[in-house]
Amino acid sequence: MNEQSSRKPAKKAQSPVRRAQNRREFLRTVGLTAGMVGASLMGLVPVLARTNTRLRPPGAIKHLLNEQEFLAACIKCGQCVQVCPVEAIKLSDLLDGVGVGTPHIEARAQACDFSCDGLQCVLACPTGALAHTIDYPAQSRMGFARLARPHACLARQGKGFKGQARGADFPGKLRYAEVDRWKPIPVADHPYDLDLCDLCVRQCPIEIRIAECAAGTPPSGDPNQCPPRHAIALEPLPGGGKRQGPVVKDGCVGCGVCEMICPAEPAAIVVDIDKTTSIPV
Amino acid sequence: MSYVVDSFKQLIGLTLERPTPEQQSPEVREIYLAKSKERLGKKQLHAIEDAHAATRKRHKWRRRRWTTLIVINLLFVVSYHFDVQLVEGAMTASRVVGFHFADLNAALQVMLAYKHVVRNLLIGTATVLVLWWLVGGRTFCSWCCPYHLLAEWAEALHLKLAARHWARDIKFHRGVRPVFYVIFAVLTAASGYTVFETISPTGIVSRALIYGPGLALLWVAALLLFEIFVSRRAWCRYICPIGITYGVVGLFSPVRVQYNVRSCHHEGDCRKVCLVPHVLDITIKGRARKAQVEVAADCTRCGLCVDVCPTGSLTYKVKGLETML
Repeated sequence: MNEQSSRKPAKKAQSPVRRAQNRREFLRTVGLTAGMVGASLMGLVPVLARTNTRLRPPGAIKHLLNEQEFLAACIKCGQCVQVCPVEAIKLSDLLDGVGVGTPHIEARAQACDFSCDGLQCVLACPTGALAHTIDYPAQSRMGFARLARPHACLARQGKGFKGQARGADFPGKLRYAEVDRWKPIPVADHPYDLDLCDLCVRQCPIEIRIAECAAGTPPSGDPNQCPPRHAIALEPLPGGGKRQGPVVKDGCVGCGVCEMICPAEPAAIVVDIDKTTSIPV
Repeated sequence: MSYVVDSFKQLIGLTLERPTPEQQSPEVREIYLAKSKERLGKKQLHAIEDAHAATRKRHKWRRRRWTTLIVINLLFVVSYHFDVQLVEGAMTASRVVGFHFADLNAALQVMLAYKHVVRNLLIGTATVLVLWWLVGGRTFCSWCCPYHLLAEWAEALHLKLAARHWARDIKFHRGVRPVFYVIFAVLTAASGYTVFETISPTGIVSRALIYGPGLALLWVAALLLFEIFVSRRAWCRYICPIGITYGVVGLFSPVRVQYNVRSCHHEGDCRKVCLVPHVLDITIKGRARKAQVEVAADCTRCGLCVDVCPTGSLTYKVKGLETML
């Protein structure tokens, strides 16, 4: 680094003062290098240690908790954020520990409801971090739903649900095809009146598509949109009566709509990101 | 060819040697000889500077450049918030009216980390490469990078404080920038994670503008404070690998700043305003090899020297294009 003395020995000898200055500059520069590299590695530690993981957008090239490829490929431009009609995708911040500027989804606040039909985030991704190998919602593998708090589930108690699923102040949106085929509306603007709460099944995007296909009207008239398997269903509990419980099926892609819409607080059903359906894409 | 070699040497932090008289053209030797005979006094120099400072030309290029930089960054913001789809994405990668653009350095990092290149990224990178080759390489830094503008404002504050001895300007060895370049490349390839992007103020500021502020801005604030109180323009001068990436593109770019020895008074104002003053060492009396010299590729083509020069000895030029800008 001390180029004057090491690279050009032929040059006339430096004064002691100049040499001391060069030496100090060299040490300062080494300090700067160590500081900067240290700072950049600080961002790497939580990511490598996987102290924190989040639901990623559909098509993220990851396998369960192994996000190595996804993190390598993401260029952190947020184009996926911009195209999402329900604004489900957020960019991670410094303390999230999942890679500054990488996209994630907070399902309870705003889940991906596939209301774009065509996986717009995947199409927008310039680097293939959201892989272009999937074309339809049923092909995504984001996570897998689990009834985490069965005692809180209204259906299991045989209860119905009346009113706004998440209260009047909840800003989350869903697309209700019967209200507006193209524009998602706030969940708060769409109150329910159900004899038995079946919101997690009723709003499941996979189940909605299956119903549309059964009615002969798949999204965009494209039969490829039809999911091959069910994702969730209400099944009677032993003991009979009105009580029923949601059962997650292996068609579940982990989009998180059930977690978002669940009126129990905290949600009775959640999406795990360390598990996906065993059916390969 | 010597332009490319000399420019590259400066990019990696080497200092060019003072030319011997044999290395200088007869024309430039004659100019220097004539200048040594008729020296201008301090009073005359100041009078010329003051006359220039009073004109509207004094900040002509800075005005144009700041306008461009702000408009480009606002296009990102407006495109998202009003859904006009002109420039979608952020500075690291975007779609400009549908066409893929990818920042060269961010794309290189992703390629090193992912070790696989999808076609869209290749298209975006090639488009940006051609674009910045056309307009001057490090033109990206001064005409586009949102951190550059913040750093310029911080620099103005730094100069005010330094004049009162409230701030220092610690110098580092410029050779550390290519060292950072290699370290970040190796770290990225080895860890499979775009390490530099974590601390890149360009990406952080661009995303903060578009998607809203976050805690990552604290890092940018720390960098700015370092530049204000400790070391002038430290990030751009000593650290940022984006500058080297675009500097390499600039080696072959036709857009350059040209220095004319004959009209120069060698008072050194240009080097005082310059982000990379080593590229203007040629304006020191006796350093130029020819009567007209093109400023090396580490130059960000910001035009501050063009603005400050009271004699018009520094001008933009497009190589191969006869008309001056």
